[in-house]
Amino acid sequence: MKVFLMYEDKDFDLQGKMPQWKEVVQDLELNVLFDTMAKEDDFFREVSEAAILSPLFDVKSILYRQEILKDCLANPSLIKEMYDISLESFDVKKNTFFGFFSRYPIGMLDSSVRAMTMLVKTLKKLRNIADEKSGKFHSKGFKRFFNMIKNELSDEYFEEVEKHLETLEFKNGILISADLGMGNKGVNYTLRKPNEEKKRWISKIFSKREEEFTFRIAERDQNGAKALSNLKERGINSVANALTQSVDHILSFFTVLKTELAFYLAAMNLYDSLKRLEEPLSFPIPHGIGTSMHEFKCLYDPSLALTLNKKVVGNDLDANGKNLFVITGANRGGKSTFLRSVGIAQLMMQSGVFVPAQHFSSSISKKLFTHYGREEDEKMESGKFDEELRRMNKIATDLVPHSTVLFNESFSSTNEIEGSEIAKEVVLALKEKDVEVFFVTHMYEFAHSMYEKHFDDAIFLVAERLEDGKRTFKIKEGKPLKTSFGIDLYERLFKK
Amino acid sequence: MAFESILFKTFKTSQTNGKLKMPGFFHDLNIDQIVDSLVGFKGEYNLREFFYIIPTDVEEIKYRQEIMKDLENKDVFSVIDEFAMKMRKSRLYKSYSDKLTLNYQKERWFVDAVDVYVKAVKELLERLENVDLKSQGLIQFREYLESYVNSNKFMELFSQTQEVLSKLSRIKYTLLIKENKVKVQKYNGEKDYASEVLKTFERFKQGAVKDYTVEFDESMDMNGVEEKVLDLVAKLYKEEFSDLERFYGVNAFYIDKTISRFDREIQFYVTYLEYIKPLKKDGLNFCYPEFTTSKEIYAKDTFDLALTFKLHREGLRVVNNDFYLNDPERIIVITGPNQGGKTTFARMFGQVHYLAKMGYPIPASEARLFLFDNIFTHFEKEEKIGNLRGKLEDDLIRIRNILDKASKDSIIIMNEIFSSTTLEDANFLAKKVMEEIMKKDSIALLVTFMYELSELNEKTVSMVSTVSETNPEMRTYKILRRPSNGLSYAVSLAKKYGLTYEQLKKRVKDESFSDVRR
Repeated sequence: MKVFLMYEDKDFDLQGKMPQWKEVVQDLELNVLFDTMAKEDDFFREVSEAAILSPLFDVKSILYRQEILKDCLANPSLIKEMYDISLESFDVKKNTFFGFFSRYPIGMLDSSVRAMTMLVKTLKKLRNIADEKSGKFHSKGFKRFFNMIKNELSDEYFEEVEKHLETLEFKNGILISADLGMGNKGVNYTLRKPNEEKKRWISKIFSKREEEFTFRIAERDQNGAKALSNLKERGINSVANALTQSVDHILSFFTVLKTELAFYLAAMNLYDSLKRLEEPLSFPIPHGIGTSMHEFKCLYDPSLALTLNKKVVGNDLDANGKNLFVITGANRGGKSTFLRSVGIAQLMMQSGVFVPAQHFSSSISKKLFTHYGREEDEKMESGKFDEELRRMNKIATDLVPHSTVLFNESFSSTNEIEGSEIAKEVVLALKEKDVEVFFVTHMYEFAHSMYEKHFDDAIFLVAERLEDGKRTFKIKEGKPLKTSFGIDLYERLFKK
Repeated sequence: MAFESILFKTFKTSQTNGKLKMPGFFHDLNIDQIVDSLVGFKGEYNLREFFYIIPTDVEEIKYRQEIMKDLENKDVFSVIDEFAMKMRKSRLYKSYSDKLTLNYQKERWFVDAVDVYVKAVKELLERLENVDLKSQGLIQFREYLESYVNSNKFMELFSQTQEVLSKLSRIKYTLLIKENKVKVQKYNGEKDYASEVLKTFERFKQGAVKDYTVEFDESMDMNGVEEKVLDLVAKLYKEEFSDLERFYGVNAFYIDKTISRFDREIQFYVTYLEYIKPLKKDGLNFCYPEFTTSKEIYAKDTFDLALTFKLHREGLRVVNNDFYLNDPERIIVITGPNQGGKTTFARMFGQVHYLAKMGYPIPASEARLFLFDNIFTHFEKEEKIGNLRGKLEDDLIRIRNILDKASKDSIIIMNEIFSSTTLEDANFLAKKVMEEIMKKDSIALLVTFMYELSELNEKTVSMVSTVSETNPEMRTYKILRRPSNGLSYAVSLAKKYGLTYEQLKKRVKDESFSDVRR
């Protein structure tokens, strides 16, 4: 029995985060997003982080999750109910002391029988939902899930399980077989199912009576009693192991269910929060790796919207076929926000959820990295420029073609001529290796030289500034401009 | 000639019987440490005395070298190793049997011990027939083994053992435990219940889960209930148990004496191979030396085995050194800075000679060594005697003893002699001692601070412990054949600390001199 609500063919792995995800979280301010998804539930947060930071790489897997999420958005209370059922299994653990195993199979078996008895009840609840509500779900993932529950957890099956649980109380004693090992010590103790009574009755009449010998342990013989129970322990050792492992399996089934539902519930939290701000949301259209698709309408930065708690400016762009994006223009003109929105939307798309845009269509990226100019290093172990190069070096070790790198004011901690030179060499190298580059910079020398190359697959964007110097926070296509309008800022802050 | 011993070509039982004493040079050369390890690895075989018997005949040494070479073949080694393991097992089972008092157990452990033995012997022969042996010793042993395995006595023992055991192995019984009552019956085809339970729950299988099977304390002893059960099982299977009883009565001494001796003696080789294995893995060389009756000896890439073994455990590597003597050279005089590996070199020199004579591959990439009659060592004793005269006297008596006993074929190794007397005395005495040694024409090695000794005449060879050229504080542990001036090291150190003549002159005048490390 497999949950398979995150992937068609495997369980979701909470550990498999992308390389350098910490930098990405910091640079894209993803914590705001995670907080909203978690709604103060630590587990939701853990799952959200893991899912957003382990992107999918093919269209099919992305659509698989999108469909499931659509089912979830249509049936929020049923999803919550199923999540609660999966939580119940953890109460079972608490109530039966399952997990606190002694070294004694008898004790282990006892707590496993009790745990299993309770888990059967929990499984029955899941069956009920499958019986009554599965018609409301249309995604491939949920259809498979509910069919599986119906097939695997039939009434006959529950009967079989309950019969085992009864047998394991050993009302007629424990029957064990053994062979003689080294030194004639009993070995291979194996729990046996007594032969059917009827057969024995016939054999009693028609064949010679089986030879048998019996002995008793005296009431006060403590050593004898201990030895006897040791024998019993050996006999039920493997069945105790079998049942305990089965409980483990069922518990881990519920753990997986809980984890995978938590992701969708967290996504639903985010959906609700952004809807409340009247921000547009849509399911993106993913394109295969290397297709250079970039097309969006009203793409905004959800972290900014959630922080300001209001609707924010979105950007439109039609840049299919482009691989190099150089963004220049006014300070505080929305360049960083734009860059963030691109990165966040890409990650959200590749984790199978909706995106913060009215429309978003993009090629899948192999790996996503961010390289942002940082605040001065507190430790001052090395110069700032050195630190930037070190980070770039780290990224370079993980880079593959068709990755995406978001640069924000990179290599600017040295003078512009040097910085531009480095930036040029880095960008040209990446471009050659089919890496998509988004580069926000105020280094005119760099931006201009890129512009002069007239690459077909490069696009130049500027933060818009109106004639009167006002910023619209809109990003438009445009040639790199020589000034960054810092003077405007200075004027506004100091002269007025 | 019938096979008798894998350790001695000409086997005399008296050779291993007496109380042998540790040779005098063992301690000074740290050979005692090597031997402790070699013996310690194989405690139960009590190998120590084998190291005190040093073969004198070159034929005996070659007998061992050939066997050793065979054992360096991985296939041969694993055959022997496996056999040894089984023999230990057999002895262990036999010891259980000896200790037990209840018959059904005592008798069974005995058959189990015999079973392991007969199979081990049979398998040893089969496997030895399939490996390429070159040594006279192992080939003769294999011939012996073949006649033993094909003897009526062995074949009968083998078949009886198998018969008794196969009957016992077919016994299967059941216990029905209810409250304090146990019913014992023959097994009647009842189904395995745990696998049924597993089958039912199989559909929930998620991934790897923990194994909850409890490990029971598997002591070989039985408790009262197990004994009671065994009694009843014996009643259910009367024939099988009476066969067992008969077997025990007939076969008291089952291990062949020659095989038993082989099992012990072969460990002399095995333990050394195991000892040097990790060192070989580190890339260190071992070789079988040639022997010469001339005194033109040499060894390349050689090292102190005891030290190397210790360093290896600490994850450190040893430095290799070479030596050679061309006629008429006889005495190696080592000088140079302390802690530079001089004593280690001296020990190494003695070790390789000893190990070579034991028939072992020695730590070197190639070597030609002299077939010495004895090794004499004089190392500075650790304990200080308060009275200097007493100490000098003691030294002289010991050296006198050595010179009395040593022959032209002996090897003499002296480490820092006369260091506790005045330089003038020491120089005088050392020269006298060297004259004596030269008269005898023995091979000798001398570690000393008196560098004049290294250029006494054409019989002496100077070797010097060296330091790194760039950093005089760093030792290279290389001992090189070169003239000693006793100065270069001191000069460079002095320079470093600003204490040469030129430096001191300037410093005394100029107080601002601050570049010098104090």
